Amino acid sequence: MKTTPDNSGDVRLSGISKTYDNGFTAVHPLDLTVPEGSFFALLGASGCGKTTTLRMIAGLEDPSSGTVRLGDQDVTHLPPYKRPVNTVFQSYALFPHLDIFENVAFGLRRRGIKSVKKQVEEMLELVQLGEQARKKPHQLSGGQQQRVAVARALINHPKVLLLDEPLGALDLKLRRQMQLELKRIQTEVGITFVHVTHDQEEAMTMADTVAVMNGGRVEQLGAPTDLYENPRTTFVANFLGTSNLIEAEVDTVNGDDIVLKAGGGKLVLPEARCSARTTAGGKVLVGIRPEKIALTHADDAGTIPEGRNRITGKIADASFIGVSTQYVIDTPVCDEFAVYVQNVERDGRLVPGADVVLHWSPAHTFGLDAAQDIDAGIEEEAAA
Amino acid sequence: MPFVNWLKRRLVVIAGLLTLAYLLLPNVIVTVFSFNKPKGRFNYEWQQFSTDAWKDPCGVADMCGSLSISLQIAVWATVGATLLGTMISFALVRYRFRARGAVNSLIFLPMAMPEVVMAASLLTLFLNMGAQLGFYTILIAHIMFCLSFVVTAVKARVMSMDPRLEEAARDLYAGPLQTFLRVTLPIAAPGIAAGALLSFALSFDDFIITNFNAGSTVTFPMFVWGSAQRGTPVQINVIGTAMFLAAVLLVLASMVITNRRNKQKA
Repeated sequence: MKTTPDNSGDVRLSGISKTYDNGFTAVHPLDLTVPEGSFFALLGASGCGKTTTLRMIAGLEDPSSGTVRLGDQDVTHLPPYKRPVNTVFQSYALFPHLDIFENVAFGLRRRGIKSVKKQVEEMLELVQLGEQARKKPHQLSGGQQQRVAVARALINHPKVLLLDEPLGALDLKLRRQMQLELKRIQTEVGITFVHVTHDQEEAMTMADTVAVMNGGRVEQLGAPTDLYENPRTTFVANFLGTSNLIEAEVDTVNGDDIVLKAGGGKLVLPEARCSARTTAGGKVLVGIRPEKIALTHADDAGTIPEGRNRITGKIADASFIGVSTQYVIDTPVCDEFAVYVQNVERDGRLVPGADVVLHWSPAHTFGLDAAQDIDAGIEEEAAA
Repeated sequence: MPFVNWLKRRLVVIAGLLTLAYLLLPNVIVTVFSFNKPKGRFNYEWQQFSTDAWKDPCGVADMCGSLSISLQIAVWATVGATLLGTMISFALVRYRFRARGAVNSLIFLPMAMPEVVMAASLLTLFLNMGAQLGFYTILIAHIMFCLSFVVTAVKARVMSMDPRLEEAARDLYAGPLQTFLRVTLPIAAPGIAAGALLSFALSFDDFIITNFNAGSTVTFPMFVWGSAQRGTPVQINVIGTAMFLAAVLLVLASMVITNRRNKQKA
């Protein structure tokens, strides 16, 4: 297939939604643009509408409203077999009655290509399965089946490759390996990848851009670092990694900084990092990631530099996990404050029961609208 | 107790062999008596070895004619029941329609109904319609009772089929017809084949329903029944043995073909 002209690998969803016959709305109208050649992840807990969105791009689900475009071509009403898009299915969906060679050749043969041998063999080499060509799918391991599924889709040179939880059935070690493998293949072939996953680490490792979905809507979209450092909703803050969220009251707005009152102390939050509207006396949720916090024993409180946000507390629990120690701190503002400390120089006094001061740079603080569920996204991650 | 230990270790094998013998003994008797040369008209006592019957299988008046009718009916009943049954199975598994539940249970009624009652009712039906009893009434009856068995076999297969396989085919540029021919049908094939084999066997040796609805037509089972009143020709055993051998040969041939195909690929 010849190289595609500009932007034909873009995926543009406008106002797309899906409501089933039973009245359940899986996807609320959403707009999404995936630039050509990017690795895009749709991240969310099960039932958040991410798979439905993917299936609407593939043509396996008819949208209730809105349009799907690939580049400038409107494909909304094209059946799946006429779209230049291929899917790697969850649990692979390899044809059990065909051998590996025929599975990979399937798409080429359906398009009337006669001499498929060379292409199929090259593709099998790419995924390191040249030896297995004449085996049936059930004779392969999970990781090998996964690679067949990728080869079967990629051989058609689709404009967009859709991946529906492709690594869900693999064990942890193999999953890490396949993440890197998929990332390598994507860089090599330069095709747009749209990847659906519930694993936040997987999404952050692989994708250039991540869209976090919740309840049929996109909560936030951005680069992994951007999402992690500047979450704009409690769902994103809790679903991507761990966040400590404290309810605080706005005291004064002082230039670029907002001064907040929480549990008798004062905290500083840069206004640029606050996604909520702030008025004096209003409420704001203050967030801080556990690894941004430093822990100092109460006896050494004087050594903490000026200008850092600080909270006092008592260590409730400490778990040593090798590279770091994870503490749970009981503080006046929150009784389960999580703090991760790298094990560089361990302070022997930091044991459960010790009085400590938690402190961090105000630049690492983020502010969220207080009018939302402070625990959103916590259980979802545990369930997923 | 070395003997008890020996027995313990081989208990499963012994039980298996005994069951196999139980299954195969009647077939062995049929075969052995096809080489008998009976005194008188009944082939119930072993007299002496002879291949007379094998040399002249159609030597008994009307027997090969009835065999031919039975084979024709069995073939057409298999084709009819398999086609209809496969379509019913797909409809029941794939589509949600009014009275689907009712159809799902009604389809098994012919299996549950005592055959002799069914046979008598069918005759009533045919007579009231003024139908000419014969080849076609038998065929209609056979397709009817074979249907339930085909549906049972095919439905189980279609139900266990992953719907993602067809989605994958559509995703890989196969239109609806190609998807059906290249993916759906090959995967459902073992179920369909099982239903077809069952239909053939059931139709070929059905006696009760056939006897009621045959009119003046005589099928092979009816011929055997009729001749049993007056004496059993050895040729009946010859036909029985030949059918058994044909089935065994078919199974062996399919095994050889599968083996060869696997070896070629390896």
